[in-house]
Amino acid sequence: METGINVGLEIRDKKVFSRVGMWLFILSEILIFGGLFLLYAMYRAKHPADFHAASLELSRFDGTLNTIVLLTSSLTAALAVFSLQELNKRRRTALYLAATVGCGLVFLVVKAFEWGAKFEHGLYPRAAVLDARPHGEILYFGLYFMMTGLHALHVIIGMVLLSVVLVWVLQSKVSQQRSAILENGVLYWHLVDVIWIFLFPLFYLIS
Amino acid sequence: MTHSATHQLRYIGIWLALVVLTIVTVTTAGLGVGRIGILIVLAIAATKSTLVLLWFMHLATEKRLLLKLLVPIAVGVLAIFIGLTYTDVLTR
Repeated sequence: METGINVGLEIRDKKVFSRVGMWLFILSEILIFGGLFLLYAMYRAKHPADFHAASLELSRFDGTLNTIVLLTSSLTAALAVFSLQELNKRRRTALYLAATVGCGLVFLVVKAFEWGAKFEHGLYPRAAVLDARPHGEILYFGLYFMMTGLHALHVIIGMVLLSVVLVWVLQSKVSQQRSAILENGVLYWHLVDVIWIFLFPLFYLIS
Repeated sequence: MTHSATHQLRYIGIWLALVVLTIVTVTTAGLGVGRIGILIVLAIAATKSTLVLLWFMHLATEKRLLLKLLVPIAVGVLAIFIGLTYTDVLTR
């Protein structure tokens, strides 16, 4: 029996509502990044050669590595939900969540090295070296730092969220019957993966 | 094979497809196919994100039409926005 104030809602309804809320949030996230993708398309249309040249300076290996790391983290995240909802295995769920957060950490470390290498070469917003470059390259790197930075922020938020859920799973606050926060946290993680799936070719593979 | 093993194998299969598509897209980009290169890598990105949305985010088995269509509609509208703006800037 569900305790608390009874407003005529079945548990089944609550589960649907939480899912609807999560998908509306995902919609708003898609629109936030959509605005940035629109800017990217416009500036790329105006400065195709500069975008091409600037893209050569990104490490395709690092980008590919990070793509595979994030895809793997999505797999472990999906398996975490499955392990709790279908198999009711708490420890396995916790292990999969730990693997997901670990992949997130690897992604951030690789990203930090990439950004660090750019900073060393004087490629960061408002740097004298970058400002001396063609206009399109300045725009490319501005978008690169803005979009991958906003994405990295999402990775960090997702890692914090899933870490908290991990602890709650171990404490049985999140269980087979009450798994909405795990399900929604993992949906958020998949969203972060989907955004990267588009960022990767647009910045790394256009040269 | 048990029911749950089938499900877990499906997740791993989707992951494998995503990794293969990633390798394909990097290889294609390395070939230097010119202007249509961007279309190829974007088509592969769309395929990959569709796989994630359908199987990892469970839209394939979602029974509620609203939730099933929410993201496709948003992405469709965005594609029109971006596509029209892009062609406008290009042909100015």
